[in-house]
Amino acid sequence: MSFYIASSPHSHQRRTTHDIMRLVLLAMVPGVIAQLYFFGWGVLFQLTLAISVALLAESAALLLRDRPIKPALHDYSVVVTAALLAISIPPLAPWWVVLVGTLFAVLVVKHMFGGIGQNIFNPAMAAYVMLLISFPVQMTAWMPPAIEGYTAPGFMDSLWLFLTTFTTEGYSLEQVRLVELSGSFDAMVMATPLDYIKTELSQGYTLSETLQSQLFSVFAGAGWQWVNFAYLAGGIFLLQQRIITWHIPAALLTTLGLFAIIGTLAAPDTLPGFNIHLLSGGAMLAAFFIATDPVSAATSNKGKVLYAALIGALIYIIRTWGGYPDAVAFAVLLANLCVPVIDQYTRPSTYGHGGAA
Amino acid sequence: MSQHNPVKLWRFHGGVHPPERKELANSTAIRSLPLPTVLYIPLRQHIGVSGNVCVKPGDRVLRGQALTEPGVYGGLPVHAPTSGIVGEVIEHPSNHPSQLPEPVLPISPDGQHEAMSFQALTDAMSLSPLKLIQHLHNSGVAGLGGAGFPTAQKLSQARNIELLIINGVECEPYIVSDDRLMREHAEGIIRGVTLLQHILQHEQQQPEAIIAVEDNKPEAISALRAALGETHSNIRVQVIPTLYPSGGEKQLIQILTGKQVPVRGYPADIGILMQNVGTAFAIAAAVDKGEPFMERVVTLTGEAFQQPGTAWVLLGTPIQHLLECGELNPSEQQRIIVGGPMMGYTVADPLTPIIKTTNCILAPTAVELPAAENESPCIRCGMCEQVCPASLLPQQLQWLAKAKDHEGLAKHNLADCIECGACAYVCPSEIPLVHYYRKAKAEMREERIEQQKSEIARLRFEARQERLEREKIERQERHKKAAEAREKALAAREKQAASDDTTPAADKGASDPIKAALARAKAKRALQQEQQQEAQQPAPAATDIDPQKARVAAAIARAKAKREAMAAEASNAAKTEQPGDNNES
Repeated sequence: MSFYIASSPHSHQRRTTHDIMRLVLLAMVPGVIAQLYFFGWGVLFQLTLAISVALLAESAALLLRDRPIKPALHDYSVVVTAALLAISIPPLAPWWVVLVGTLFAVLVVKHMFGGIGQNIFNPAMAAYVMLLISFPVQMTAWMPPAIEGYTAPGFMDSLWLFLTTFTTEGYSLEQVRLVELSGSFDAMVMATPLDYIKTELSQGYTLSETLQSQLFSVFAGAGWQWVNFAYLAGGIFLLQQRIITWHIPAALLTTLGLFAIIGTLAAPDTLPGFNIHLLSGGAMLAAFFIATDPVSAATSNKGKVLYAALIGALIYIIRTWGGYPDAVAFAVLLANLCVPVIDQYTRPSTYGHGGAA
Repeated sequence: MSQHNPVKLWRFHGGVHPPERKELANSTAIRSLPLPTVLYIPLRQHIGVSGNVCVKPGDRVLRGQALTEPGVYGGLPVHAPTSGIVGEVIEHPSNHPSQLPEPVLPISPDGQHEAMSFQALTDAMSLSPLKLIQHLHNSGVAGLGGAGFPTAQKLSQARNIELLIINGVECEPYIVSDDRLMREHAEGIIRGVTLLQHILQHEQQQPEAIIAVEDNKPEAISALRAALGETHSNIRVQVIPTLYPSGGEKQLIQILTGKQVPVRGYPADIGILMQNVGTAFAIAAAVDKGEPFMERVVTLTGEAFQQPGTAWVLLGTPIQHLLECGELNPSEQQRIIVGGPMMGYTVADPLTPIIKTTNCILAPTAVELPAAENESPCIRCGMCEQVCPASLLPQQLQWLAKAKDHEGLAKHNLADCIECGACAYVCPSEIPLVHYYRKAKAEMREERIEQQKSEIARLRFEARQERLEREKIERQERHKKAAEAREKALAAREKQAASDDTTPAADKGASDPIKAALARAKAKRALQQEQQQEAQQPAPAATDIDPQKARVAAAIARAKAKREAMAAEASNAAKTEQPGDNNES
């Protein structure tokens, strides 16, 4: 009689990559629901197409690379990538935008660098940046959120806009906007709140005048604030589930908030406050779902804090002085580039090597 | 002794909370088992050289009788755990992850369990520490917590110990041997602690002792506190939070003192000595009862056992016997783990013997501890780093180990990995991290040995090259000298010849045959001188020049001299008018 041989440890916490990714998807649900409420069915179409294309692209890439397909699809990582890209894209952007973006994220950013665990850039953000600089019109065509005086296009209209760029009655997105919004909104409405602030300020309005717009509500951008709160809730769930640690979200939001507070104190009439910065754009999504992507983030706790603080600072800098209204994707990619250096200089001190007392 | 001592505790980095599963085996008292049919006593049960066998095959030995003589430098003697007949020394699978065979002495128990009369040390507290250490050495007491380091050696090497830590943490899941021992034999443990304090005293000062126990063993804690009473002011029971691996020596020191053992150092370097509760108990038994170390508490646990629990197990008992006593219900691909689920190793051979460090035999079902699944790619989640008690970067180490970057591994302090398994426990990609580290460590060890070998070979090669080069230069030097001598001789001869032309003609004719004879004699003398010189010359560098070369050189010189003599003769013969006198050489 001979017994079976195995290597220690024999005990294993049964939480696999698959479980982690599923929990991340689950944590995104409140935010997605908020987006659905404020921006209509488009979000759902973007998600459906992105996830389908991502799964196909992942399978194709694995087939070409002669790797087992089933376990890789089973880990859900590509679904998370696709979902993050889909919810970052304007909900009524035509179908080919998200198609191109997803293919780029999966094939180029992920698999050309060696597949899961090997990509140096966050695939969703790299694809977002690629789309933004390639198709700036489609990528900035955000409709206003569904607040009083405006409702998002219905299911069929949304679907038609998504597939053909025209509604069932043959209006383009631009026309829908003009018809729907005549009289009820300012001229510059096809924009996110941050975009709006940037444009208004450039036209000589003061910040307080700008914030009078209907685009702003109690805390920050109308509708947008609730989307941000929903992602914050999902993020807290991830923290509670120990999927992520506090280091990245805390450092990112604190840095961004601090920069914003200092900015408002220095120039109250041109630099928006921390509430606008934290709740009107993609800050919450970035802090809890994007910067926390383990593959492209720094490793050690110290490194994570540094990495996230860099993202926070870059978001503020690009938003304030850069050419783009929101800056999450650029900030994340730039910080991704710094990760090897950050990792090199933030190695924890090993036990007994004279670090901690 | 206050029950709620407000002592500050520290935290070590990381740690995990695997399911404890202590309840499987900790509710029943330590059992005594029937005698096995055979015992395999490994002659080396510890670090150190094994002593000589001092019994013959066929001898009947009594329980407690020494089987080997105490060896030098930590070579502990081993003792017969029961009475029986000794067999021939054979090679038997070792209780080690490698299962490599090692010499064992089989004993066939005769069933009488007859013990020899033990010599207790009465009034031990008045004996010198040295005497007690010697006694512990002869009793074969070894550290029961970790590597089985000989206790006597550890104690004799310890200097200026200010804190004695008694490790009753038992943080590894499933294992309850120390737990049961503390519950049932608290007095014995505390007696052992007082003996240790006596041994470790310096300048009449006994070190303070802390018995550390995790808070998941409330019965053990209260048993120890009850046994401690109010009489021992310098022993304290310290409850620490349950967290794996708090029982690691380095981690426990950090928890209790906030200090870290310096790298490549020992706890003694910071005035601390640690002993396991089981060792303390064995020390008390060895001193007060005179019993050598022959048996220990082993936990039989895991859901594959129908009768889990703890038992006093004689050293050398084959694991098979314990499986029978615990009524193992084996499944296909049954794993038998020596130790716990985090650090234990599987053994393939059921006849593997129990040794001094075996604290648990774990037989899990495939449901409670499922076999490892295929590893998937690392997603750099960093959970391994969050839990590493040595503050390493397990994920980086994994990349480096897979790339066989030994330099990088050394830079990332792989050597400081205690192989606790916390990283592999949390890894969502199910990467067997510890397995990679062990493999890399072994490869690095091999590489170091290879490097040392090649270093020696290189030194030897270089020495040889140097010697050959030196010899070559010396040879050239000699040749050059010889050539110079030849040229000088030639020049002298030419000069001579020139001056001879001017010699008065009166000498001519009469001197011819005589002069030739003289020249021959002189040449011969010169040859002899040269030979003598040759013989003396190599003396300062005698070790470098071999006699063969000296002989060759001498022969060359002889030939030269002869040639010169012949040349002189020939010139004499040719020019009879002239005296062929070229003696000035």
